[in-house]
Amino acid sequence: MISIIRTMWLTFLHMFHKRATIQYPEEKIKLPARWRGRIVLTRDPDMGERCVGCYLCAAACPVDCISLQATEDEHGRRYPEFFRINFSRCIFCGYCEEACPTYAIQLIPDFEMGEYNRQNLVYEKQDLLINSEGKYPGYNYYNVAGLAVKGKDKGEGANELAPVDVHSLLP
Amino acid sequence: MAILYIDNKPYEIPTGKNLLETCLTLGFDVPYFCWHPAMGSVGACRQCAVKVYKDENDTKGRLIMSCMEPVANNQRISISDPDAKEFREQVVGWLMTNHPHDCAVCDEGGSCHLQDMTVMTGHNYRKFKYKKRTYTNQYLGPFLNHEMNRCIQCYRCVRFYKDYAGGKDLDVFASKNNVYFGRAEDGVLESEFSGNLAEVCPTGVFTDKTLKQHYTRKWDLTMAPSVCQHCSIGCNTIAGERYGSLRMIANRYHGEVNGYFLCDRGRFGYEFVNAKDRIRKPMMRHQEVDHTTIIHELSILLKQPGVIGIGSPRASLQSNFALKALVGEHNFYHGVSDNEHDLAELAVKILNEGPVRTPSTKEVETADAVFILGEDLTNTAPILALAVRQSVKQEPSAQAVQVNIPLWNDAAVRGIVQDRKGPLYIASIHATKLDELAAATYRATPDDIARLGFAVAHILDESSPVVENLTDDQYQLAEQIARALLAAKEPVIISGAGCESDAVMKAAANISWALQKRNEQTGLVYTMLECNSMGLAMMGGHRLQAAFNAVMNGHAHTVIVMENDLYRHGNKSDVDAFLAACKNIIVLDHSMHATSSKAHIIIPAGTFAESDGTLVNNEGRAQRFFQVYEANEVISESWRWLLNIGAAMGNMRINAWKNFEDITQAIANEEPLLRGIDTITPSPQFRLAGQRIPREPHRYSGRTSMNAKDNVSEPKPPEDADSPLSYTMEGYRGAPPSSMIPFFWSPGWNSVQSVNKYQETVGGPLRGGDPGLRLLEPDATKPVLYFHGIPEAFKPLEDHIWILPLHHIFGSEELSAKSPSVEKRIPSPYILIHAEDAANLALHENEPLTFYIRHHTYSLPVKITTAIPHGVAAVPYGIKAIPCSELPEWATLKDESQINVYTHARVNVKQT
Ligand code: SF4
Ligand code: SF4
Ligand code: SF4
Ligand code: SF4
Ligand code: FES
Repeated sequence: MISIIRTMWLTFLHMFHKRATIQYPEEKIKLPARWRGRIVLTRDPDMGERCVGCYLCAAACPVDCISLQATEDEHGRRYPEFFRINFSRCIFCGYCEEACPTYAIQLIPDFEMGEYNRQNLVYEKQDLLINSEGKYPGYNYYNVAGLAVKGKDKGEGANELAPVDVHSLLP
Repeated sequence: MAILYIDNKPYEIPTGKNLLETCLTLGFDVPYFCWHPAMGSVGACRQCAVKVYKDENDTKGRLIMSCMEPVANNQRISISDPDAKEFREQVVGWLMTNHPHDCAVCDEGGSCHLQDMTVMTGHNYRKFKYKKRTYTNQYLGPFLNHEMNRCIQCYRCVRFYKDYAGGKDLDVFASKNNVYFGRAEDGVLESEFSGNLAEVCPTGVFTDKTLKQHYTRKWDLTMAPSVCQHCSIGCNTIAGERYGSLRMIANRYHGEVNGYFLCDRGRFGYEFVNAKDRIRKPMMRHQEVDHTTIIHELSILLKQPGVIGIGSPRASLQSNFALKALVGEHNFYHGVSDNEHDLAELAVKILNEGPVRTPSTKEVETADAVFILGEDLTNTAPILALAVRQSVKQEPSAQAVQVNIPLWNDAAVRGIVQDRKGPLYIASIHATKLDELAAATYRATPDDIARLGFAVAHILDESSPVVENLTDDQYQLAEQIARALLAAKEPVIISGAGCESDAVMKAAANISWALQKRNEQTGLVYTMLECNSMGLAMMGGHRLQAAFNAVMNGHAHTVIVMENDLYRHGNKSDVDAFLAACKNIIVLDHSMHATSSKAHIIIPAGTFAESDGTLVNNEGRAQRFFQVYEANEVISESWRWLLNIGAAMGNMRINAWKNFEDITQAIANEEPLLRGIDTITPSPQFRLAGQRIPREPHRYSGRTSMNAKDNVSEPKPPEDADSPLSYTMEGYRGAPPSSMIPFFWSPGWNSVQSVNKYQETVGGPLRGGDPGLRLLEPDATKPVLYFHGIPEAFKPLEDHIWILPLHHIFGSEELSAKSPSVEKRIPSPYILIHAEDAANLALHENEPLTFYIRHHTYSLPVKITTAIPHGVAAVPYGIKAIPCSELPEWATLKDESQINVYTHARVNVKQT
């Protein structure tokens, strides 16, 4: 008996506490930058596609909801021919972001993705790609990789020596 | 046997090996780079360090390179010793100092030996903070990509390319910290085995360029054990698929057939599977129809009498057998020229009824004397050529063994062998790439090659027929060859259908039989023209010409041509007339060709990648290939189409066969020469721990997304009724039976080097025995009945030229020639003639030579050489614009109108 009254009293007191709920959707919630929501593909500082089609995010994904096909431009720069995330399967674990060696794939603080039709939760590259570097500005994978791409020849990357002269032995 | 103590635990081990191999065989993970099981040790990379102790009281020990240390009885070593571990980590650390930050864009990633070894040694973080060395890359042709920054200077590439495969144009340049592995200048890698660099190189310096065009990581491929379809050797391959297209072919180790290697035709010829002009829909008189309709229509059409079936040497046993069952034994014809038919039957007869055994490719490697008659192996059976390249090292390296140098000690053995080579004799029409290794070569027409062969046989055994009118030179050469063969412990005679001469094959048989009387270790190898020539010959069936006659004489009017372009096997006017006379031409094939473009009804058959089947290689070894993926609802194996049609027709016999196993059992029961082929792989009901064997690695990705574009609900994966493999990533994770290994993987070993874990001993047979079943075993008790009928010596004819086919690794085989990368390597049409003949005809290089064969005019640009006999010309086999099915044949160089006059004149001359 006592305990029931005590419980009711405590519940009653809650009416005067600060509210944890908000009036969504009229009122929007403020989420921290590292909140794991909608997944995007970001761009390099030079606004090229950051994703190099390495398949690591796909391999890391525990529900296997990422699929892509890598391809190359005429200068040898890799990018995804298609890139698909099936958000109806995604569990927003963020493993893909952790696996990504180029900071291309990022989870952002946005969860407003509800759909009436499940098919609409299948996002293609054009739905994923944003015109921003996201959380990691300034990083350009090709600058630190050894591969030559347009605008960066062999030996022009960060911490690279000029290419070896193979004929240096000749008189 | 000896006892080896590893970290104080005793192991019983065989002697004669090095410590590294022994530790790997015992299942230990010792990192290595420069050692390769097929190429031995050189101790260059310093990665395989372990500690060796003097005795059990020695606590300090010393670091040694395990690949350079022979095992000894009661030896004590430690792999886990902290000093050894630290040393190994440092070595990787040094190798990584200049290694680029490339894994994400490196095609090796996920199957990279360097990644594996780096993780294995615990070198998890880079310590090097300074600038990295860089290199520029080279263009190496359509097969391989070059990214030199990734090199760790293990020297495996040049050791394979130059020392093992005899290539000339890959080398190491510069010095010290700057060494460069590549060509002297940009250009196509010339070796026929260059593709192996992608597997031999432990890093991403050399990678498969065709894979790069539709790049997929190893973990994302659906893979199945397959068998190469591009020559009669039948190398074992792994074929990998993603998103409905075939992505790559990799080596599948087989201890007897192909070892660790494939040729470039086999590795890069797969792209025909993805061709745009593949036959993908059933067509009836240019109308697309669906599966049910076509089966229904055909079941009515084929019920009428007058139906014949033409099989194929590039189709599986199952498909040929199903066709034979559908049309009836009497109406089943081999889709090969009559000459090819005879040669294949001759090979089966000699190997099945003769006393001499046909050795495997592996055994050819250890032969100490080889005589090749008429074959240009590098172009007709490349992996066999690679084996012959190893065989010439046998005799000289015997000396190394005498001074106690083990054969795996590659650098030391090469030091002793120097340039010396064991006896290899080559008699061929034209210069071959193996000539550089030969003690003597003999360039002649097939008839003269046969005569030399018969002469050798006669010298070895008086009772074999004698060759009249040999020149002194020929006799001396024959004697020299006979002596070398007699002196050898394991001599091998190699011949085949390449030069289209039964006399050459018979001469080879005579030699081996004569030799067998003195040496039971004698071997006889025949190569065939296509991947299942041998199997087709063992199945029985009529000649192609008989099929033509059946239709021309009105006995039949409907023909089913299965996986066969008749224009490759019959001469053009005959095939034209035959096809014109057929009321219904039904073609069952996967690729378009001259015959299918004339078909009234086209049925889409599966390629090897979409099919299950069995092939018989030149050794008489039946080998199974598994379906890699299901193409679509209509494309399926030829045999399945035929079974469905047969069932719809109410054919009770065929109706009883429901799947691969049923039909394979029927073959085993009904075809006496093919008995046992149902036992080469486990039945479809086979399970390990109640599970199927997965075709996909456990880290296969994208399962819930790859098809989501069309439908967000994942489709149910197809069920395989024909094998115990599954089309998914679920299933038994341990080692499958040796005949069904879809891919090599082992924890910590993602690269192809994980094959170590699947072998009984490193470099030896696969666990559970190498797959396949040898169907032709000799009967040494049979009396030898030598072949007689020695041909006359070749005499050139005025105004005529004897035209022979020359085989090319790229272009001569039908399917691989459709592959875009291979296409770039196909020679343009030519006719090769002797310099003196060219001078007589007043022809210069590249000028057209016009010649006439059976009322057809051909004109080809001339190539001039001194390496073929007089009065003979050679044209590339199987290449467009070349009448290869008519060859060998006399061509006249005079205009048609004069032929008759001329031949009469010749006859008259003979009579006088
Ligand atoms: S891990 Fe990053 S770079 Fe690699 S495929 Fe995924 S998004 Fe692209
Ligand atoms: S060679 Fe191996 S370690 Fe080097 S970049 Fe390629 S995948 Fe990475
Ligand atoms: S290219 Fe490859 S095989 Fe050759 S030395 Fe470098 S890492 Fe070794
Ligand atoms: S073409 Fe012949 S030698 Fe080459 S891989 Fe295929 S089976 Fe082997
Ligand atoms: S593997 Fe032993 S030194 Fe390279």
